[in-house]
Amino acid sequence: MKFGIVVFPGSNCDHDAYHAVKHVLGQDAEFVWHKDTDLKRADALVLPGGFSYGDYLRTGAIARFSPIMNAVRAFAERGGPVLGVCNGFQILLEAGLIPGAMLRNRSVKFQCEHVHVRVDQTDTPFTAACRKGEVLRLPIAHGEGNYFAPPDVIARLEANGQIVFRYTNAAGVVTDEANPNGSVAAIAGLCSERRNVVGLMPHPERACESALGSADGLRVFESAVESLKSGTLVARA
Amino acid sequence: MRARVFVTLKQSVFDPQGKTIADALHSLGYAGVEDVRQGKYFELDLATEEAAHARTLAAEVADKLLANPVIESYRIEVD
Repeated sequence: MKFGIVVFPGSNCDHDAYHAVKHVLGQDAEFVWHKDTDLKRADALVLPGGFSYGDYLRTGAIARFSPIMNAVRAFAERGGPVLGVCNGFQILLEAGLIPGAMLRNRSVKFQCEHVHVRVDQTDTPFTAACRKGEVLRLPIAHGEGNYFAPPDVIARLEANGQIVFRYTNAAGVVTDEANPNGSVAAIAGLCSERRNVVGLMPHPERACESALGSADGLRVFESAVESLKSGTLVARA
Repeated sequence: MRARVFVTLKQSVFDPQGKTIADALHSLGYAGVEDVRQGKYFELDLATEEAAHARTLAAEVADKLLANPVIESYRIEVD
């Protein structure tokens, strides 16, 4: 399986994602520069974390207009699996591939810590290898991860089962203390209506080896491999 | 012409920065400052002499880039 990792000016988790899928998972991976228009025949795309365009204006607001985003959108519309991590998630929100927006963390601080997230949906290409209700321990590192959408949108996301990851305590229970940024409905990650586009604020690519404190993030990338094998993934760039 | 675009968070959206600034002002003794909402301000120098055109152009770029309609609204002044 081949992962395409999109590199924007200011991306800084691109090499982490490359390492996780290539060296830990043993899959093929290739960087795709944001000015490119070709996705290099990738089976799945990763929009990595970082500070694209210095977070100027709003996080992800300028990166969404990068030339590669037309190809990313077309790939997503064909059903191709796209994973947005942290700034990658923010770019997906700005691009409208996933509904909602990010506000400054309610603490008004850059939160850098390990958190627990519960996998609430397993019918996405990035959670297919997880158990429903499984709790993953993953790191976060963001200043704008306070997810917001109006109540009618939240109701629709709940009804459609688009809330894929929620911040919980280690036992998998949603509590206010376990919510690191004030996100509505403890939302840590979402999928598109078609379920092939997934975004989350925590960093699975930084938690793929036990030496890094947790290997739980590997489940996210293993899910993509499993989805491809089972034939759930059909689109190719 | 010059257009001024004021982008602010919608009233229904919590503003953590505005709240922090209000708290700071309260601790400085400004109890009379009841609330603070933080926003963004843009000055656009536009290659047009028509106010209506300037306003249309400013609204277009505000819709496309300057404001995120999920959380923000904007107001335009032209002169």
